[in-house]
Amino acid sequence: MDFNHTDDRRMLADMAGRFVREQYPMESRHEAAKSDDGFSRETWSQMAGLGLIGALFSEDAGGFGGAGFDIAVVFEELGKGLVTEPFLANLLAGTALTYGNETQKTVLENVISGESLLAFAHSEPASRYDLAHVETTAKTSGDGYVLNGNKAVVISGDTANYLVVSAVTEGNEQNEEHISLFLVPANSDGIHVRSYPTVDGYRAAEIALKDVAVSADALIGAEGQGLSIIHDVIARGTLAVSAEALGAIEIAIDMTLDYLKTRKQFGVPIGKFQALQHRMADMMTEREQIRSAVINASGNLNTPERDWNISALKNLIGRSGRMIAEESIQMHGGIAMTWEYAVGHFAKRIIMIDHMFGDVDHHMEQIIKLGRAA
Amino acid sequence: MDLNYTDSEQAFQAEIREFMAAKLPQRLADKTRDHKRLTKSDMEEWHSILNEAGYLTGHWPEQFGGKGWNAIERTIFDEEMTAANGPRLVPFGLNMLAPVLMAFGSPEQQSHYLPRIANGDDWWCQGYSEPGAGSDLASLKMSAERDGDHYILNGQKTWTTLGQHANMIFCLVRTSKEGKQQEGISFILVDMDTPGVEVRPIILLEGTHEVNEVWFTDVRVPAENLVGEENKGWTYAKYLLVHERSGIAGVGAALSGLEHLKHIAKDQMKDGKPLLDDPFFASRLAEIEVDLSAMRTSNLRVTQAADDGAPPGPETSMLKIKGTEIRQSINDLTRRALGPYAMPFVSEALDAGYNEEPIGPDYANPIAVDYFNHRKTSIYGGSNEVQRNIISKMMMGL
Repeated sequence: MDFNHTDDRRMLADMAGRFVREQYPMESRHEAAKSDDGFSRETWSQMAGLGLIGALFSEDAGGFGGAGFDIAVVFEELGKGLVTEPFLANLLAGTALTYGNETQKTVLENVISGESLLAFAHSEPASRYDLAHVETTAKTSGDGYVLNGNKAVVISGDTANYLVVSAVTEGNEQNEEHISLFLVPANSDGIHVRSYPTVDGYRAAEIALKDVAVSADALIGAEGQGLSIIHDVIARGTLAVSAEALGAIEIAIDMTLDYLKTRKQFGVPIGKFQALQHRMADMMTEREQIRSAVINASGNLNTPERDWNISALKNLIGRSGRMIAEESIQMHGGIAMTWEYAVGHFAKRIIMIDHMFGDVDHHMEQIIKLGRAA
Repeated sequence: MDLNYTDSEQAFQAEIREFMAAKLPQRLADKTRDHKRLTKSDMEEWHSILNEAGYLTGHWPEQFGGKGWNAIERTIFDEEMTAANGPRLVPFGLNMLAPVLMAFGSPEQQSHYLPRIANGDDWWCQGYSEPGAGSDLASLKMSAERDGDHYILNGQKTWTTLGQHANMIFCLVRTSKEGKQQEGISFILVDMDTPGVEVRPIILLEGTHEVNEVWFTDVRVPAENLVGEENKGWTYAKYLLVHERSGIAGVGAALSGLEHLKHIAKDQMKDGKPLLDDPFFASRLAEIEVDLSAMRTSNLRVTQAADDGAPPGPETSMLKIKGTEIRQSINDLTRRALGPYAMPFVSEALDAGYNEEPIGPDYANPIAVDYFNHRKTSIYGGSNEVQRNIISKMMMGL
């Protein structure tokens, strides 16, 4: 056993961390979040230049990383700055393209270089967290397909050049044996994108597909084999947002600790009160629990234990992450309720991550279903 | 012991229910139900409708123009009003300043200000907290120096809820630096149109403007605006806080929040069944119902004991803690009930006149924002940590 990162990975983490710390101040983050794109394209290409997108994908796919630990270290640093650039969407859809044909892999190369943007249009208005719930249809037509359906809360779905769309290729009913994935240019006829902000300052979109014609080579992987790709995509996405939550948690705890040491009431720093000391100690303990769960999930991304470890991690994020987010606000008091003071924004991100790829109860249910094979 | 309403209590409940059905404007009920933003005139309109029927001040003693409702009647009114989606009452004049004036104000202050509160002539806000005096309220620094028949006020108040609508503010000010901190505090009423008063907005973490900073620079206030005696303000302040706390249990709000949560959980489908039927979800919901059912009775026990002559004491601290925790757990479960649709937030959709299609279910937009906004409830009115200190000290002698 060795709990140290490789030198390469430590350098990656340091570089990402330095960029976020030094070139990603909260004011410009809010500024970019309010813009039409919801992020800065300039920052995105700088980050691409640093290799932060390439780190998320394997060498086969044109990147230079792609292991669980690569994803985890990058996203942990992104979480420390509440980075709104579309890393998650491109990780999700990009992972799907690693299963694609040569043309699709070229698209992924353009994503890694920062030129193209992707989004993963999978979840639907009625799917909640059920990955196999797909009502969107792909009917064969000539030598291609015609897509019809609605996609919900598509992260960064408004700025993508290409969408990875899930649809059932046989019959009209949802059937997990018949789920396929398609790479579709976002400007195709029949695609309607309704863009909106999320409560934590990111962007998402409702996407309607009406008679969208695609050619046969838009298919990613084999027809009807989409669900296993989706599981890989979502496992990586869940690891990513959980690591991001860890980064946000670290900052929220640092800020709270700092405040406990400097804020004086009753003539002493409030950190002198044991009622707060013990709660702070609990928060630190939970943060380390989460760090360990991120390690477990990263190391098991390609083992049969993947799903159990991913669900364990996400359950812990929903449970302990919520505790830390709420306690960070509570121990600060009123100041944490203001827009101007950053801790509330970290709390919002931590809580909203509970709504991505399954919340605390969803993953508890998965854990019970999976049992413990090991 | 009898847990049933008496005949006269039932009649009172029927009377309030009928009133709500007949007089609560649908527009206001819709806005409240959908968590839309209420404007100043919405709130004034509702106060005025209630005042016309005498219900606004129903809980005031008859000598001050009220109906002298007892604890049960107050509870019935609160529950019926929230069940009908009546907008929450603005408490600063009605439930916070008014009891202080009744107990400690001069006859002139009582006859001048109380009717103006009832009639909506004044909108009051609260000047208690300062940047350096939150939980440690007694350390407040804003000064009031006597100058002939005036006081001159200098300093800053913060977290002034709805101060942007107010024309009057009641303030705790320091009139003496001698002796214990608590013994140099006075309670004074300030017209916000006086030169030197400036209100600056504080934007909350969900982007809303609800609270303010209020700055005072050489503000001249007539000495007759002092309530009670100079340097006795801490006694009045505590009296007000205890009154604030007894309403802070928020039983009515919790009951209507729970109804809304059930409505959402019936509509949200999980694996082809309503979320309400999901055992995980149902057990979390049931736990809240257990807590709320007990808290509702605790609230009645405490308020009824107060009616019987026992001044409201540290028991109200328990109500504050439990009441806010229950409402926060309802907000938390409601956001989770939405699944991914908790994420979208279109701020303009909370304003009247927004006509676009909702994103996701029509109830979704304000839910996460409400969850975040209600984190304030365990902080304001004396943080829940301060309430625990009060319980430890006053009830347990620790």
